[in-house]
Amino acid sequence: MNRRGLAGWFLLAPAFLWLAAFFVVPFAVMALYSVWRREGTQLVREASLANYEAFLSKSYFLDALFNSLEITAVTVVLSVLFAYPLAYILAFLVPRRWQRLGLVLAILPFWTSYLVRSYSWLLVLSENGVISQTLVTLGLLSETMSFANSNGATILGFVHFFTMLLALTIYANLVQISPNYRRAAEDLGASRLQSFIHVVLPLSLPGVMIGAFITFVLAIGDYITPQILGGNRELVMPQAILLQVQRRADFPMASAMSLVLMLVVSAVFLASARWLKMDRV
Amino acid sequence: MTFWTRTFGIAAVFLAGIAPLHAADDELNALVWCDHSDPALLDPFEEEHGVTVNIKEYEGTGAALALLEQSQPGDWDVFVVDGVDVPRIVEAGYLAPLDREGLPLDDIFPGIRDSEIHEIGGELYAVPEKFGYNTISYNDAKVNAGDMRDIAVLWSDAYSGRIAIYDYYIPLINLVAIGLGLREDGITADELPAIREHLLKMKERSAMVGDVVSVQTALATGDVDIIAGGGEWATAVLMAEDPNMEWVNPDQGGVRWSQSIGVFSDAGNPELARKFVEYVLGPEGQARLATSSCYWAMPSNSKAALTDEEKTVLRWDEQETFIANSWPYFIPDPELDAMFLDIWTEMLQH
Repeated sequence: MNRRGLAGWFLLAPAFLWLAAFFVVPFAVMALYSVWRREGTQLVREASLANYEAFLSKSYFLDALFNSLEITAVTVVLSVLFAYPLAYILAFLVPRRWQRLGLVLAILPFWTSYLVRSYSWLLVLSENGVISQTLVTLGLLSETMSFANSNGATILGFVHFFTMLLALTIYANLVQISPNYRRAAEDLGASRLQSFIHVVLPLSLPGVMIGAFITFVLAIGDYITPQILGGNRELVMPQAILLQVQRRADFPMASAMSLVLMLVVSAVFLASARWLKMDRV
Repeated sequence: MTFWTRTFGIAAVFLAGIAPLHAADDELNALVWCDHSDPALLDPFEEEHGVTVNIKEYEGTGAALALLEQSQPGDWDVFVVDGVDVPRIVEAGYLAPLDREGLPLDDIFPGIRDSEIHEIGGELYAVPEKFGYNTISYNDAKVNAGDMRDIAVLWSDAYSGRIAIYDYYIPLINLVAIGLGLREDGITADELPAIREHLLKMKERSAMVGDVVSVQTALATGDVDIIAGGGEWATAVLMAEDPNMEWVNPDQGGVRWSQSIGVFSDAGNPELARKFVEYVLGPEGQARLATSSCYWAMPSNSKAALTDEEKTVLRWDEQETFIANSWPYFIPDPELDAMFLDIWTEMLQH
């Protein structure tokens, strides 16, 4: 290997070391744990698929996976529907000099703690919270009712957070689209709606897909929001995983379930890989 | 400052941050529940001995065991653990025997000493420091207090949709077993179908299942009127703002929990650890621990220096009856524990 090649490997070494220390090794340990098993207080270090069989044989674990997928899918769709118009307005309708201020104002509420924000939503959605009281005052409800402790509340908490995240990735993509493309389309007779559908939307899809994928990954692995706002009405995977370790310290079972979740995320990544073009964001 | 000096400086700070805890003479490392992090409890000890108490909070013995498996000998000095888990902690070799001399063992409430779990092979390994109940908490303005004296109210239709279930399977399964009259000699696998059936009924009538803060918030905001598995720990801190927040030990009895304190067998600072144990078990330490900002509960020491108002909130005068009419957690063996968790998970998903 020549000096240039050696220098290349030397420069890449920190990245490889980082990846090995914080991904490859932990992942390998987790994979190893997943084929061991817990018996009483003892960790049995014999390889078997018992944890995976247990996961597949118990309907409540499969229900937890299904709930996670359902809540995450609804969250991603709603977040995109809210984030896209917001990003579009910021990118094309707000004057350039006000865009930065608009972005700061949009993300300002997220400088608070995620945990505090979730509990704040709990108070807002509770029976004596502002939503219930307002609806009663307006005559839309005959008596107060709680909107908390449901999958709907969990989705609301997620959408509140992820709309802003998605708006940022979509905005970053939209501002890269040259205005000349739209002008050219309109010169050729396209209406504003047609230039959006045939020019802007396809060009902004990479930003949408990357934001949607990040939202998917973060939402499906989130424990806090379902725990606080969902009221344990139905379990999602992170809650089911934590149940294994809280008292029983059954890390082998928790590892197997975490790997199943990771497989699902990997499958979604592969399915959407053709649209995930990081260089476009 | 050169590039390399700066780089090594940053690396040194980083490594110091991730390095294991080390035993310094003036530092105590304690693995504890959240009530021990209250400065009102720690400050007097730190000032008296000129030391720093480093606190690591955890929830669930499983989490503590995971932490310990990743620790080095000497990392930890003091351990606060669920009383019923003391035998398995001793079996794993984590706790050192305690010299009985100087500990207020005779002042601990009769019925709370639980010698069979704290003394193993004739040696004392831990001492109960605080206890309470998993029974029924409620909003007195919203429910009939008389109804709350029957555990069956939790699965009746009377308060459907107004119940929060505390999310910890051991006490809740115990509570259901008591309600069904199945708790006399512990719980067996044969009794689980009946317990499961009533857990599912309870879930159908509940508004939510949540951790300590969630069920407290639900009761305080009016989302629910009853906490299944509640107790003084859930309502005492709410009473100051709303005197209607109450709790009761039902006629069938309740579940009694306790937390215990001990010294690690490989403590880096065993002398200071011993002093901390003595402080926490003493009258002043007990009063501060009982009224910790994280949660209130009964001190184990009957001579705790509590005010009359504090004793009223904790129902001090009724403790004799409550202790007599309550069962300590029944802890299943690992196989039965897995069955407990199975029916609990099924209930959560129901």
